[in-house]
Amino acid sequence: MITPKNNHQPEVLEAVVIRFVGDSGDGMQLTGTQFSDTSAMFGNDIATFPNYPSEIRAPQGSLYGVSGFQVHIGSVEISTPGDNVDLLVAMNPAGLKTNLHAVKPGHTIIVDTDSFTKKNLEKAQYESNPLEDNSLENYRVIEVAMTSLTKESLKGVEGLDNKTITRSKNMFALGMVYWMYDRSTEHTEAFFNKKFKSKPNVIEANKKVLKAGFNYANTLELIPTAYTISPAKMDPGTYRIIMGNTATAWGFLAAAEKSGLELFLGSYPITPATDILHELVKHKHFGVKAFQAEDEIAGIASAIGASFAGDLAITTTSGPGLALKGEALGLAMMVELPLVVVNVQRGGPSTGLPTKTEQSDLLQAMYGRNGESPVIVLAASTPANCFDFAYQAAKLTLEHMTPVILLTDGYIANGSAPWKIHSVNDMPEIKNRIVKKPTENWHAYDRDEDTLARNWPVPGTEGLEHRIGGLEKDRVTGNVSYVPENHEYMTHIRAEKIRRVQNYIPNLETEFAETGDLLVIGWGGTYGSLHSAVKNMRDNGNKKIGFAHFNYINPLPKNTKEVLAKFRKILVCELNNGQFAKILKINFNGFEITQFNKIQGLPFGNQELIQKFNQLLVK
Amino acid sequence: MATTAEKKYTFKDFASDQEVRWCPGCDDYVILRSMQKALPDMGVKKEDVVFISGIGCSSRFPYYMNTYGMHSIHGRAPGIASGVKLANPDLSVWIITGDGDAMAIGGNHFIHVLRRNIDLNIILFNNEIYGLTKGQFSPTSLVGQKTKSSPYGNIQQPFQPGELAIGAQARFFARIGGNSPKEMSKIFIESHNFKGTSLIEVLQNCVIFNDGCFKNVTDKAVREDKQLYLTHGEPMIFGKEKNKGIVLNGLKLEVVTIGENGITEKDILIHDAKEKDPTLHQMLVRLSYPIATGIIRAVDDITLEERMDALTAEVKVNSNFKKTDDLFFSGETYEVE
Repeated sequence: MITPKNNHQPEVLEAVVIRFVGDSGDGMQLTGTQFSDTSAMFGNDIATFPNYPSEIRAPQGSLYGVSGFQVHIGSVEISTPGDNVDLLVAMNPAGLKTNLHAVKPGHTIIVDTDSFTKKNLEKAQYESNPLEDNSLENYRVIEVAMTSLTKESLKGVEGLDNKTITRSKNMFALGMVYWMYDRSTEHTEAFFNKKFKSKPNVIEANKKVLKAGFNYANTLELIPTAYTISPAKMDPGTYRIIMGNTATAWGFLAAAEKSGLELFLGSYPITPATDILHELVKHKHFGVKAFQAEDEIAGIASAIGASFAGDLAITTTSGPGLALKGEALGLAMMVELPLVVVNVQRGGPSTGLPTKTEQSDLLQAMYGRNGESPVIVLAASTPANCFDFAYQAAKLTLEHMTPVILLTDGYIANGSAPWKIHSVNDMPEIKNRIVKKPTENWHAYDRDEDTLARNWPVPGTEGLEHRIGGLEKDRVTGNVSYVPENHEYMTHIRAEKIRRVQNYIPNLETEFAETGDLLVIGWGGTYGSLHSAVKNMRDNGNKKIGFAHFNYINPLPKNTKEVLAKFRKILVCELNNGQFAKILKINFNGFEITQFNKIQGLPFGNQELIQKFNQLLVK
Repeated sequence: MATTAEKKYTFKDFASDQEVRWCPGCDDYVILRSMQKALPDMGVKKEDVVFISGIGCSSRFPYYMNTYGMHSIHGRAPGIASGVKLANPDLSVWIITGDGDAMAIGGNHFIHVLRRNIDLNIILFNNEIYGLTKGQFSPTSLVGQKTKSSPYGNIQQPFQPGELAIGAQARFFARIGGNSPKEMSKIFIESHNFKGTSLIEVLQNCVIFNDGCFKNVTDKAVREDKQLYLTHGEPMIFGKEKNKGIVLNGLKLEVVTIGENGITEKDILIHDAKEKDPTLHQMLVRLSYPIATGIIRAVDDITLEERMDALTAEVKVNSNFKKTDDLFFSGETYEVE
């Protein structure tokens, strides 16, 4: 029986983790995005993470076809999408089965009972119905016949086919969750108006189902309390929710505008980097030239050509694509042209785990080319700062005339978070080294004394005709040279040019403690996990643990050794088998470096990190 | 299309200060010289000319031209040249490649660059052998050809470059002997004037590893009898006596003699390089006696950069986003106080 509940006072929570799971066609990504956007507008800090299969539409009801979206919202600083969940919304048995392990004991699971049919239970490999066999007794299970209630609520709406009706049950679930966390449906209703502009009956249907879910939760005795999460304390300013890949694309847009150059993207679709291509092709209004090439190699080749002709040129890819681009990247390094290669890392080796995250392309980025071929390597560390590091990658490549590899990963690329919008006016200046006319005794490889960057003479400029190429060149004239000493000299110059970038990047900062017993080190996309785990240690009174996170990998910040020297033990945490630890060991002798590695295609969990920190602190 | 030069250049203006290092007697010298001679007549500014090459003997070409140039990596020149042209459509961009560079390691790029129709010029130095790696068979080597990597004779079926190119939708295809500098220069100019991707196959003799490979069709003594030099709008007549011609017999081209069996000049096919249907051009490309030279196909079509420009202009007019700030602050933003 349903009794209306009046005057409920929501209980106030600091933070909550919610995961929506269902079939890959159930609209879980949309449901999760709507909930996180609404919460962000409400003023919460948020972090999200989608988890979906690499099959586009895996067989319905199968375990491997489960698609999920996790969102962490809080009135406090949120730096990860969270590990274990407070609320699981499972649209089918397969979703329940594959995600139950993540639900905190005693916490809530909402299921669509209509989907718990004999057939679906079999597909999810359940021997008995978990809703009936007491296996969920440690959780608060809210059973809702969502499919039937959705159908019921749509009686009388004209012109809807069965499929449309069934598929809108995700909005029923969203409506329930909105009520539970004291959120308004306003943002989502506005979204329907825009998204289904030309289909008024679909707008009506979605609104009806959303409200039906909201009202159902309101009147349902099974939900004892509603919760609320107050707005978070954040820097004042204008914000928007941004996905890592979008932030990367926008960073390049900003850099192109600031440098006064046109942006050229040469790319080939590859998971999880393709969204950068999707984003940049939209922006022809800024004169962006986005060229989808026939393969990874043509992608980078076209970017090298555009760079030769004076564009800000980039190419985007993921691990296997970087392997294919290796030779061309060596050419860009050899001819000393600006070029940014974005590698959105995924699980490797080979095809690996395309939709999962990993940090295992670091050594490929560092060394994956023939010959002595150093390039600048940067790594973004949050969805929002993908913007800053894309911008910085463009700035460094243009000012130092050498390719830059920007590493992100599936976790931050697909994750989203609030981004305090940066106006281009507030971004640092970018100078380019384009030469407008010849000077006496001019050569293509004339260098800046400080950076060693060469000049950038572009085709179309009278008097600057010149030839460049992959063959070794004379240090002065730039003509082909096989002179042994010259080759060694040029090899050193190209290395020294990268080393000097140290003078133009910020020092490494330590968080939480300047000195102490344990320094936790990370790089790239693990920032959120590591930061929050070290913060937990601090919040629990441990004052001897510090945290240093690297965004600059090659070259390393100037003060790296000093930072390392201030702690008794060093723990390098990374989602690979110890690649950054290797780099530190190569560069710095005499430190006790311990590793914590995870290679499961998943981010670090809070508890496993804390356990590891405690282990080392006890010893 | 590049802007017109006001200066009058001579071939010397296009020669770089670098010593040319091909083997003595190589046809590559002829190609280089023909290009240096053709460029002043193209009316293009020197600074607007870019040569992009891959790897191989032919690919040293850019070093010898006093223009902009890049000697890149094996097979990838089409990608690099595409980027150059899309970045700056005012440039006259040339790809220098060989049979291995274009059709083996760079095969994928070769077909796609032709399909897209960017206004690029490709000169394919076909010598039916790998020269720079010292004599292995290439994708155009003949079956049975003995090379260092086929000591008992090549067993791989070769590509016919023109056939592959037209199959990949090439709008412009020409073929010329490596010892015909005058015709070559003329074709280079036609190629430059043609809007779209043009491919010129040069039958280039390799004096060291495949000497005489085209001798039976390019030697001065036999050239007129063995080559059908095509001119748009002219009948397909060849031979020292100008008495041989081509007719269509069923689905095959046939050589006939004018004045024999009642054949008159009127029976001979007229060459139409501008015909969109590639059927007859493919038949000409495959012809082995005589072999077809000159401009076989030159079909006008819209280029990729024209489409790109039109699209960009349209989007720009209709968009509210003039600066990136307009985008960043658009849509669902919210204030934190």
